[in-house]
Amino acid sequence: MKNLATKSGFNWLKYASPKTFYPLAGKLIPWCAISAATLIAYGLYIGLLVAPTDFQQGEGYRIIFVHVPAAWFSMFLYLLMALYAGMGLVFNAKLSYLMATAIAPTGAMFTLLALVTGSLWGKPMWGAWWVWDARLTSELILLFLYIGYISLQAAIDDKTRADKASAVLALVGAINVPIIFFSVKWWNTLHQGSSISLTKAPAMAAIMLQGMLIMAIGFWLYSIAVILMRVRCEILERDSKTAMFRQD
Amino acid sequence: MYWNSLSEFLAMGGYGFYVWGSFGLTFAVMTIELWLLKKRQKRVMQLVKQEAI
Repeated sequence: MKNLATKSGFNWLKYASPKTFYPLAGKLIPWCAISAATLIAYGLYIGLLVAPTDFQQGEGYRIIFVHVPAAWFSMFLYLLMALYAGMGLVFNAKLSYLMATAIAPTGAMFTLLALVTGSLWGKPMWGAWWVWDARLTSELILLFLYIGYISLQAAIDDKTRADKASAVLALVGAINVPIIFFSVKWWNTLHQGSSISLTKAPAMAAIMLQGMLIMAIGFWLYSIAVILMRVRCEILERDSKTAMFRQD
Repeated sequence: MYWNSLSEFLAMGGYGFYVWGSFGLTFAVMTIELWLLKKRQKRVMQLVKQEAI
């Protein structure tokens, strides 16, 4: 490992330590925040002012510009959280656990937003705020997984044990993400199938797709900024607690 | 620009409540998250300063 680090001339592993990661994160936050605000503003401009109406759903379809990015990041952030939790278990790295902890609230927030905006979309289009269809139910389970992860961590006093136990929960729960993603294919759901795929041409106008992707990148940068802010708080809080116990 | 008038824009073809509700809630919740984090940051910084003394 040491060899690899010296060969590349730049010690990446250095940033696996909370002490050196802290200032780096601090430098990244403003850039992410500014680009997030710019992209979200541009995405809103396209989604609300430029994009034409949908021939089937009228203006109601515009909910897609917040609903789809929120739903994507509810799933993506869960996988990222599980990945960090897994790295924490494998390498016993404190910073990995702290990253997983910092991701959870933002992931839970996007899950809640995906559910609520979906509900606001379902009411006028399907005539119901909620149906127990595979897509909606698995997304609700995702919210419970996030809440379970956060509460399990809060419930165990010994932070090292809390990190490990919640990491196992995060990893086991990751199986739910592909279930959400493929639910519209595997089951006969009321929820519509995906409008874009890697193999077929997108089933939506180019300008709509563009607006949605710009919003998604904006949400991604927002998530990075917020998660880095939170992980910095976590680093300081844990450090101060260990310092308190050390009494030096 | 797709719209002809402000009232048309606000009405969203009859879906105003649902469209504005979704957008409003999304950005309200994101702003609250940022605000709570800022508060937490302030609290943590004070704690660190106290310990440094």
